[in-house]
Amino acid sequence: MALPHTDVPGAAATDDDAGTAAETVISVRELTTRFGEHVVHCGLDLDVRQGEVLGVVGGSGSGKSVLLKAIVGLLRPAAGRITVLGHDIARATPRQHAALQRRCGVLFQDGALFSSLTVAENVQVPLLEHAVLPPDLVHEVARVKLAMVGLTAEAGRKYPAQLSGGMRKRAGLARALALDPEILFLDEPTAGLDPIAAAAFDELIRYLQQGLGLTVFMVTHDLDSLQAICDRIAVLIGHKVLVGTLTALREHPDPWINAYFHGPRGRAAAVG
Amino acid sequence: MTTDRSTTTASAAGPAGFTTTWDQGVWCLLATGPWDLDGLASVQAEIKAIAGPGSSPVPATGEPASVRVDLSDVSALDTVGALLLHQMCARMQAAGHRIQVVGVPQHHRGLLDVVWRAAGAPPPPPPPASSWHNDRLVHVGRSLVDRWVKTLQLLAFFGVVCIALGRVLANPRRIRLAPLFYHLDHAGLRALPILGLLAFLIGIVMGYQGIVQLGKVGAEFLVTDLLGIGILREIGSLITAIIVAGRSGSAFTAQIGTMQVTQEVDAMRTMGLDPLELLVIPRLLALIVALPLLTFFANVIALFGGAVMTYVLFDMNFLEFFSGIPGGALDVHDATLGLIKAPLFAFVIAMVGCHEGLQVSGSAESVGLHTTRSVVEAIFLVMVINALVSVIATALGI
Repeated sequence: MALPHTDVPGAAATDDDAGTAAETVISVRELTTRFGEHVVHCGLDLDVRQGEVLGVVGGSGSGKSVLLKAIVGLLRPAAGRITVLGHDIARATPRQHAALQRRCGVLFQDGALFSSLTVAENVQVPLLEHAVLPPDLVHEVARVKLAMVGLTAEAGRKYPAQLSGGMRKRAGLARALALDPEILFLDEPTAGLDPIAAAAFDELIRYLQQGLGLTVFMVTHDLDSLQAICDRIAVLIGHKVLVGTLTALREHPDPWINAYFHGPRGRAAAVG
Repeated sequence: MTTDRSTTTASAAGPAGFTTTWDQGVWCLLATGPWDLDGLASVQAEIKAIAGPGSSPVPATGEPASVRVDLSDVSALDTVGALLLHQMCARMQAAGHRIQVVGVPQHHRGLLDVVWRAAGAPPPPPPPASSWHNDRLVHVGRSLVDRWVKTLQLLAFFGVVCIALGRVLANPRRIRLAPLFYHLDHAGLRALPILGLLAFLIGIVMGYQGIVQLGKVGAEFLVTDLLGIGILREIGSLITAIIVAGRSGSAFTAQIGTMQVTQEVDAMRTMGLDPLELLVIPRLLALIVALPLLTFFANVIALFGGAVMTYVLFDMNFLEFFSGIPGGALDVHDATLGLIKAPLFAFVIAMVGCHEGLQVSGSAESVGLHTTRSVVEAIFLVMVINALVSVIATALGI
């Protein structure tokens, strides 16, 4: 309780309740990241528990995507320790790092599918790279992964440029799930989708998260997603993070958080 | 039938496998070990036996039997394992056996549910039947039509560019000066070092070979004519056009293509800005101005290279060499013809480069494909035009 912002009514109680029951899979301690003079995070602490959906919100430029990149190891922090599944990612050997990457799946904002490969081939890439399986089984696994995210075999034969934005995201999700990761990182999964497609995507994430027992780290701007599928919410504010449930955060006195959850969009999401 | 018959595929402690036992009229399949990517990867042969067509873990007796699949001994399960179990059960079911899955660990229930639901989706429809010669025929026909369409597209683009050029020239204030000078600098000025080096080398090679070959018939003094006509009429403009096509034509395609991928070109159109006027015309004009100048430069340097070689091998000094050129077989027409071709080449290179750039669609791969195509097409067309001009000029007696 050293940080002023962690003093959320209700959050402390849930922290203690669940903290003992669920294991921490990601732990960020004293994280500092900066680009030149520009400080993004300063002394940030965050825990993600096994089997939860954590929504990460914050204003533009507050470092949501930077935090995600730091945790998956795409960006080296200036200071601090990040532990993922029990491994300190800064000290992991290349072999440990590779093993860790297999246990994490990342869905980038627009899918980041390889444009020169078909959708099915995109899903096969990690399978072919990391496992020795008979070719027909790899095809079948790719087909099933695509079916899991609601894509048909016809869609699997298309190239990413031939798909709609929503289908590209689903395809990206199938690729992220190719190696049965334990942690799924989502970068604004519902951005750019219409409300119906966004709701369907939320439902899909929830369905897969429960079915496959995933831990989900989700950067989002979508208040409906927060309402629908997130167990806890992390708000990035003032270079730090503030974690709590939606109800707890709604009562928080901070003006930005207040504006976020009680603005016209926040109210609409709360009603809906 | 009460005796225990059992076959063991793999031990419980090792990789994934299953034990088959016969127990009071029911086949019991006890899955053991880690049924996940790593556990299964080490038992490739067994996977084939399970997943391969025509295989069955239950001995085929021709009669339907009851099969109990027991998952209580599975130490790990992921989607690949769940899928294999699904395939195995589906095949046994198709053979008429009654399947019962028991002992699913609680924490694997969700996974099994998700995967079996997805795997139960209808299998992909088989690709349309095609024979070998059919495929080839279709391929030939399709690529012919593609080529034809592409030629028409390029012609249409040529027309549109000419109209835009006319419009801009009729109202010269619409010429965008900043991009024009930018491209003059990048496509023209910055090409000088590499062009000079290559032209010098070509001059040296031509001079060397000329003197050696002509020397066999004692006609070394004709090397000035060889170099004069060869370089001024053909080689100078051709080598310049090829270098510019490789340097700037490809750059044009990549620049415009990337803008196409990031939808910058679309944004221009929505703002009422004409991409032809903003992107194509400045590049076109820049090349039309730069290429004749570059050709002249290349001609001079190549002749200089030839002069150096002639001096070294034949002991003809520079003054003699350069005054021998206009005095010999070389006509002033040869030199002007070489320079007249340059703007034509420039037009073709810029047009192909910009056209291919605007053809880029969506992906990073498309940028690469069109850049390659731009260079190949531009050089091809330069050669064709060169041949045409050569034939026409000779027929006209120029």
